[in-house]
Amino acid sequence: MSARIEYLKKEIRVVLDGEIDHHSASLIRISIDDAIIHKRPQTLILDFSGVSFMDSSGIGLVMGRYKLMRSVGGRIRVENLSPSAYKVMKLAGLEKLGELKQKEVV
Amino acid sequence: MKTTNEMRLTFESKSVNEGFSRVAVSSFASSLDPTVEELSDIKTAVSEAVTNAIVHGYREKMGKIYITAAITDKNIIRIKIRDKGVGIEDIEKARQPLFTTLGGERAGLGFAVMESFMDKVKVRSTPGRGTTVTLEKKISGKDG
Repeated sequence: MSARIEYLKKEIRVVLDGEIDHHSASLIRISIDDAIIHKRPQTLILDFSGVSFMDSSGIGLVMGRYKLMRSVGGRIRVENLSPSAYKVMKLAGLEKLGELKQKEVV
Repeated sequence: MKTTNEMRLTFESKSVNEGFSRVAVSSFASSLDPTVEELSDIKTAVSEAVTNAIVHGYREKMGKIYITAAITDKNIIRIKIRDKGVGIEDIEKARQPLFTTLGGERAGLGFAVMESFMDKVKVRSTPGRGTTVTLEKKISGKDG
């Protein structure tokens, strides 16, 4: 699991790669939160395009970042979810929290 | 219902083994020729049960996690995930969505995921002795 953090003007994009579970989520959480606290972006984009597996730890990861972004007055966008990751997110009703976008089917 | 194939797996309750155990079970299930979605459902449910055993069953301690998986002649896979940890006082409460004893980043949706992705989820637990979660799913497979 890795998280590549890109700093844009008013946004931070986090490109996630690998498998998200309880083990890996705890490792990447800290680096994302550091970036949010230091840059205070308007929008945090979590890009799931490289995520090959996700269990409910992914829900915790998104919910935790959603709360942190709200506390700094920003919002969150989740992009490029695979069908199976989207299925897990929907179970938590996360589509109501912010923007949840599935991978474009070509 | 006759068992046509069976496997056993024992490993340490280290979080790094979450990935290994779900891949091992899904690899065992692949003889049923499941769809990508069915395989991902099994992987996700196993990951939730194993994570529960690690973070709730054993908490800060180390212990062994035992998985047995069986395939029946009705194309059903039955997976048992057992720990000898602290056990669950109130199973009904533990199964409720959003209930968690840990807080923080745990969403409290482990059982909700298992229930929605598998056909049957059975929990047996004795406080002080451990917990066994049994997951069952009928595999329709790529042909049906």
